Amino acid sequence: MVKKTLVAATAISLSTFALTSCGSSNAESGSGGNDDGTITMGFAQVGAESGWRTANTKSIQETAEAEGIDLKFTDAQGKQENQIQAIRSYIQQKVDVIAFSPVVETGFDAVLQEAKAAGIPVILTDRAVDVEDTSLYETFLGSDFVLEGEKAGEWLVENAKEADVDGDGTVNVVQLEGTTGAAPAIDRAEGFAEKIAADDSIEVTASQTGDFTRDGGKQVMESFLQSDDSIDVVFAHNDDMGLGAIEAIEAAGLEPGKDIQIITIDAVKDGMQALADGKINFIVECNPLLGPQLMDLAKKVLDGEEVPERVVTEETTFTQEQAAEVLPERQY
Amino acid sequence: MPENPTLVQRVLRHQLLWPVLALLVLLLVNVVAKPSFLDVRMQDGHLYGNVIDIMRNSAPVMLVALGMTLVIATRGIDLSVGAIAAIAAAVACTRIIGAGDEAALSTAVMAMTYAIVVCIVLGAWNGLLVSVLGIQPIIATLILMVAGRGISMAITDGQITTVNNPWFSDLASGFVLTLPLAFLVAVGMVVFTALLTRRTALGMLIEAVGINPEASRLAGVRARTIIWTVYGFSGLCAGLAGLVIAANTNSVNANSLGLWIELDAILAVVIGGTSLMGGRFSLAGTFIGALFIATLARTIPNIGIPSEVNYLFKAVVVIAVCLLQSPKARALLRVRRPGAPTLVKAGSPA
Repeated sequence: MVKKTLVAATAISLSTFALTSCGSSNAESGSGGNDDGTITMGFAQVGAESGWRTANTKSIQETAEAEGIDLKFTDAQGKQENQIQAIRSYIQQKVDVIAFSPVVETGFDAVLQEAKAAGIPVILTDRAVDVEDTSLYETFLGSDFVLEGEKAGEWLVENAKEADVDGDGTVNVVQLEGTTGAAPAIDRAEGFAEKIAADDSIEVTASQTGDFTRDGGKQVMESFLQSDDSIDVVFAHNDDMGLGAIEAIEAAGLEPGKDIQIITIDAVKDGMQALADGKINFIVECNPLLGPQLMDLAKKVLDGEEVPERVVTEETTFTQEQAAEVLPERQY
Repeated sequence: MPENPTLVQRVLRHQLLWPVLALLVLLLVNVVAKPSFLDVRMQDGHLYGNVIDIMRNSAPVMLVALGMTLVIATRGIDLSVGAIAAIAAAVACTRIIGAGDEAALSTAVMAMTYAIVVCIVLGAWNGLLVSVLGIQPIIATLILMVAGRGISMAITDGQITTVNNPWFSDLASGFVLTLPLAFLVAVGMVVFTALLTRRTALGMLIEAVGINPEASRLAGVRARTIIWTVYGFSGLCAGLAGLVIAANTNSVNANSLGLWIELDAILAVVIGGTSLMGGRFSLAGTFIGALFIATLARTIPNIGIPSEVNYLFKAVVVIAVCLLQSPKARALLRVRRPGAPTLVKAGSPA
């Protein structure tokens, strides 16, 4: 028994040695690439769960290629352990910079410590992590979900008159929330509520989670329509729930975009199409094309330049006319 | 026990009493919260109202629970139904998009047939693992539960695939005789299965396998074929459910379609009074159970339960119903009431 354990232990330590030595020789010859000018980036993606995510991946890969950055890409398939494993392997390969979109907010302390100890800067994209020591990462590049909610709220306040579809002096809003507890759901609701507080005539009369899915959005909207016939506006936390709401509104014999106005966030292709068709009234973009900004930040970090702790993705908003204009060139 | 039970006694002892009662109480809660809850009106030539929505939204769970009932009756369980539903939807939607004429009736029929055949094969795969290789059902179907979602993601490239086919859409949103087509399809399947199992010996054979597979095999029942058949049937039902869900939004999101529907279906079966220990099953109970699940889903937005606590609400309701169903829990309640006659501890059918 003891003998067996010993053999196993030796085997493990030997293989670790082999790995580390392999890693160090790599570092010596290429020195992470800093010497010969090429940058090696390890990117650990969440998965490929939506069109948004796929566009995000594509943007990072294409920009890396265009800028001559050697990108090592892994897909964690929505699992944190895969992602931690991927980051560890990047540390062992001694890449120049690690970037990743954390699957969940917590539990990354240990692996980030390892990266810091190895002297590899880390950039977070799209989602934040919850660590006490913020020096564990250089910067966080991603959307400001609160700001997105605020933009939606601002538009509604500006267009309150037109949004009061039934003309009774109050704008009754129903809200389709994202997955309960998810950062975008919490922050978008918060930003929206903050802005509409400026106008007393606007009121959120009902709010329920639709889990970010079309089916969820449709079922919740069906219920809202049955219990309340004075709904003026739907605010959906993403396009998909808005698209589900459109189906529910049509089934109720009403015209989406006219009888009930719809505001959503994301600007994915199906959503933009519905906006151009007049079924949605306003979309706040949540931009997945982080590639250029990410590569730019990576270069700055490696050159030793100061970067802000938080970098917000460049995002815009779309009205129906703007959607019709940009729709042919949308990449996702 | 009296020789000729009165009508009241027969009703009180009927196994459907508690599920029906639970459903009625839930409806009552909704009516109290919103008096107009049960209102139904005509709209564009079909009925429109909460009740109609509940009927339509109950279809997927009802279909999945129907297949699940038979599987559970053989003392098995099928965890893969949600993944199979996602595969059915993915196959059908990619077929419709790939077809020459996306909006044609023939395209929809071909795509759906193809998807259903795939699902029967997947169900038969589960049956193979359980009946021939003797793997425990919960493990055997867990394989496809995990792998199936990956398969459906691979089919759709992980994208939300939107289709444009009015015939396909009608499967969920269409109406026949002013009632939702999806509900009629589900009810049709329940009636067909009831006839098949109760008008032939099939139902009894399934129960025999569930009560004692070895004894039934020695008695000449082809247990292996029976088990194989029920898993194949469960695959078929799950596939139909997947098509209804996809048709409801004219799109397939392989990541979320049918997610956790297996748990809702098992719940519907249990609420309907079929024991997870196998043996006797009640299709009527499953029918009520599925309606209960759909009504519960509608109750949450209707009475305005905040998102943060809606799982908690659901859990409390389910616990209450399960306690109602349990003869032991009911007996406890009765014993505590002073003066009430102690319950005869005999013959309560599971």
